Amino acid sequence: MGYDPENPMADRITDIGPPHYAKFYPKVIADNKGKWLYHEITQPGVLMHKAESGDECWTVRVGAARLISIELIREMCDIADAHCEGKLRFTTRNNVEFMVDSKDKVQPLMDDLASRGNKFPVGGTGAGVTNIVHTQGWVHCHTPATDASGVVKAVMDELFDYFTSMTLPAQVRIALACCLNMCGAVHASDIAILGIHRKPPMIDNNRITGVCELPLAVASCPLGAVKPAKAEVNGEEIKTVKVNADRCMFCGNCYTMCPAMPLADPEGDGIAILVGGKVSNAKSAPKFSKLVIPFLPNTPPRWPETVAACKGILEAYAKDAQKYERIGEWAERIGWEKFFEKCDIPFTIKSIDDYRLAYDTWRTTTQFKYTSHTATYTG
Amino acid sequence: MAKHDTPLLDELESGPWPSFVTDIKRQAEKKPECWDILGQLELSFKDRITHWKHGGIVGVFGYGGGIVGRYSDVPAQFPGVEHFHTVRVNQPSSKYYSTENLRHLCELWERHGSGMTNMHGSTGDIILLGCRTEALEPFFWDLTHEMGQDLGGSGSNLRTPACCLGQSRCEWSCFDAEEACHHLTMHYQDEIHRPAFPYKFKFKFSGCPNDCVAALARSDFAVIGTWKDNIRIDQAAVKDYVAGNIVSGGGAHAGGNWGDFNIKKEVIDLCPTNCMWMEGDELKIDDAECTRCMHCLNVMPRALRPGAQQGASICVGAKAPILDGAQFATLIIPFIEVSAENEFENVIEVIENIWDWWMEVGKNRERVGETMMRVGLPTFIKVMGIEPIPQHVKEPRSNPYVFWQEEEVEGGWDRDIDEFRARHAA
Repeated sequence: MGYDPENPMADRITDIGPPHYAKFYPKVIADNKGKWLYHEITQPGVLMHKAESGDECWTVRVGAARLISIELIREMCDIADAHCEGKLRFTTRNNVEFMVDSKDKVQPLMDDLASRGNKFPVGGTGAGVTNIVHTQGWVHCHTPATDASGVVKAVMDELFDYFTSMTLPAQVRIALACCLNMCGAVHASDIAILGIHRKPPMIDNNRITGVCELPLAVASCPLGAVKPAKAEVNGEEIKTVKVNADRCMFCGNCYTMCPAMPLADPEGDGIAILVGGKVSNAKSAPKFSKLVIPFLPNTPPRWPETVAACKGILEAYAKDAQKYERIGEWAERIGWEKFFEKCDIPFTIKSIDDYRLAYDTWRTTTQFKYTSHTATYTG
Repeated sequence: MAKHDTPLLDELESGPWPSFVTDIKRQAEKKPECWDILGQLELSFKDRITHWKHGGIVGVFGYGGGIVGRYSDVPAQFPGVEHFHTVRVNQPSSKYYSTENLRHLCELWERHGSGMTNMHGSTGDIILLGCRTEALEPFFWDLTHEMGQDLGGSGSNLRTPACCLGQSRCEWSCFDAEEACHHLTMHYQDEIHRPAFPYKFKFKFSGCPNDCVAALARSDFAVIGTWKDNIRIDQAAVKDYVAGNIVSGGGAHAGGNWGDFNIKKEVIDLCPTNCMWMEGDELKIDDAECTRCMHCLNVMPRALRPGAQQGASICVGAKAPILDGAQFATLIIPFIEVSAENEFENVIEVIENIWDWWMEVGKNRERVGETMMRVGLPTFIKVMGIEPIPQHVKEPRSNPYVFWQEEEVEGGWDRDIDEFRARHAA
């Protein structure tokens, strides 16, 4: 007896919420919750948590695409059934964690994972690059300015050795959002890959009457660039909107509110790179990522410009930063002028804020460092 | 047998990172509509633009969230993805699963949907990608009846709460983040499923200031574990770190050539408040000066532990940049006990204080952090019924534009210009 379309409200169950998490705990977790003493990363991707009882939880962390099939999930279940008493968990960064209760169970698990091709790379711990959190992109979203899964695959292929090692000064968190809505909020990431539009919306006058509440479209623009207007469609005057393109900052909020204002475009859309954000409160306060590369083109299938930019920043940081310094802490210590020089990124006027609260980012001191940027002054 | 040529996507089958293209092809052998996912995505790679239409309101009876409509703009070419709606299934706290549970979910999604998923979405839900409108009610029926599980949030409602793994496997978690998340998720089922807010509202629970679930950056209501007494020090373990008997940072830097551990350089000198020093071979901490940033604990997890009097800080109002720029959450409650024993009653009181006010004054599509910006932090603090404290700000304001109230000024504002002029010629 399943759903009956003739009687849809009969025996309906609602508002029951998620299952209680504790019934999915591996035994060693259930036995020691709240009584953990310390942890070690015994090798990249392998964590050992020690409990007051002396129990140990050994975790093998595995990278995965965010977009995965039920066939792959079933394979993960096969692995967990064979090694982990039928339990597993996912991390907030799309990694999978397989847990066992003793060291001698780790190697057979690792061997099993390794026997399955490249599907289950072990890593993502400590001072390395862990999995990229990201959004849907072209595979499932209506507002993207770039793809997500494709760019992430290309970047992770190139940075793979940093996923499986712990050689960096600190952890590096990379995130991708395929438009400014940032459903994968990337604004506090060490390296943020952000899809951006650069063409103002078009107005679909044939469609706007049926799909759009004009006052909401007008109100959606933070810069007042969308105004009420009139147009003629099939000889009849209709109410519509017009866009003052000079005031548009390409946020796309109008398209979110009004489907008759599409702005995506193959030439207009691409990627901006922001760096130096962090979420953790460790040492310095959380920081926003800062825009250092205003635009890179969409170049599927492997986005070589974006991949090179991420790698270039990461390697300059790896070479120059001190132990424990996040990318943003490094940039602040050496000065952003040095950051641009050491990363060999051209500084453009687009990195100078002219939006709200911009003044906070302008330099109001005589303290600066001489770099190639000041050569025309120092001759 | 592939239905479409996908030469661009095929290039993403090589390389060491797992390939989503290979995975979708594998799924397509059982669920042929997945060939059309690849076909449409290949077209997007070629055209460099999305081929999904804007929106489409679909859902299940009685809920105003949990399903996101999605339709192809090239359905004649790719009929398998003509309707391709997203279903958000509320994840269990900390994303632990039994294989029995996951296999059942996979079976349901094979029955009703495309077989493709995100484990997980950005807010924390299990995301099931791609089903037809007519499959939504049967899926929901089976999800609730067979599995006893439910949908998450979307739209202007309480979004699915999320947490770090908390005390289940972390020595630093200062409260039971999983139980807090689960309890409040259950307590607010109506708010998750039926939009009644000006805009979305997110809860996130991180057990310590390392904030692994990015609560401070991403949630309207961030509960972040902390403590109010002293860092617990095991001096014997400190000596072991100094002697090199225990690897620092739990081995997080083991792959680098950083040399021997140096407690002065790596811990004491990096403390943001300079509140640590060595006396002989003992590590001393002036806890009154400590801001609980976690750096020393991160570097010496076997020697240093959070204090024993634990709770959380509550910060309010984070959001991504749309529209006026990104905001981190602002510290509102410096310390609060977070306990299942009182069913999180004190946390619920703070939440409902915020909601009662925001639902009244918040504008359409205005996140609570934006409302706070619009009315000002002083107004928000008054609304919350709390005393202003210096911890609410980084520094005092540098302009003198105080909105004095009439009752604060002796004699009030009502004055007589004639009487003024009698003493002051114009």
